Amino acid sequence: METLVYKRPESLLKDGQFTFCPGCGHGVVLRIIAELIDEYNLKKDTIAISSVGCSIFLEKFFDLDVAGASHGRSPCVATGVKRCKPDKFVFTYQGDGDAATIGFNETIHTACRGEHITTIMINNTNFGMTGGQASATTLVGQVTTTTPKGRKPELTGYPLHAAEIIAGCEGTAYAARVAITTSKNIRQAKEAIRKAFEAQIKGLGYGFVEVLAACPTNWHMKPIEAVKHIDNIIEQVHPLGVFKDVSAQETK
Amino acid sequence: MGRIVIDRDVCKGCYLCVEACPKKLLKKSQTPNLHGDFPAEFVDEKNECIGCAMCAMNCPDVAIKEVYR
Repeated sequence: METLVYKRPESLLKDGQFTFCPGCGHGVVLRIIAELIDEYNLKKDTIAISSVGCSIFLEKFFDLDVAGASHGRSPCVATGVKRCKPDKFVFTYQGDGDAATIGFNETIHTACRGEHITTIMINNTNFGMTGGQASATTLVGQVTTTTPKGRKPELTGYPLHAAEIIAGCEGTAYAARVAITTSKNIRQAKEAIRKAFEAQIKGLGYGFVEVLAACPTNWHMKPIEAVKHIDNIIEQVHPLGVFKDVSAQETK
Repeated sequence: MGRIVIDRDVCKGCYLCVEACPKKLLKKSQTPNLHGDFPAEFVDEKNECIGCAMCAMNCPDVAIKEVYR
């Protein structure tokens, strides 16, 4: 007798196939979010806020209500939605170009206000959709279309560590950085996103999860090489970990 | 034992599942799919699959849509 141990999440549209490049990390994170929404039975009560970049296509994939926002302003739109409808579950899905570069001011102030929303930020260290320009999180020495000789600190500064900065804000209930490279890391990523969602469901404050994801096209690597590049190089600059967890502090 | 269902026409051929399978039961197919990609193929002649769903967990396109144990 066979038992079904895994199936496509119900919150994903049946014909909503992902349109990302082969090996792109977005698909794994979107699937994790859909699985968690199924587990918490929030499909009818969720409002997702999409952003600008590769993370824009939420309504093509999710069987949920989705609102679009201008570049970097998803946390503001989410704030408005959550304040009007406090019983709804509101999350934003953003890339590093959106949440950490163009809209970092909005992200910080949303964290300082302690809005009861969740942000999932995909960090692939460049602006993926527009052809791989450098973003704030680009590593020193990384070659992108706007840093053809590698990022130089004297000219363009050092990489920004979003999860640590958000963890320093008082309104933040949960801030973590995870990666989706191996099966173990994917499980940990799911647990981190679960905790960030629970912070909102319990009304503790702002949940922020930064996910290191591969961008094989703009890194000019094969998918398997790109995943190993995260484990070997990017995690040295952007270390994994939980930087703030209010629910764990309370139980101590 | 276990078994997986791969949607051939959704697979884009990144082969992250090939890397993830602990029993090495997945490989590159020799025939292209609708989009011209060579999808991953499940070959389990000795019934070795344990149904761990690690391939499905790593698949960025939800092309591995069902796992049975």
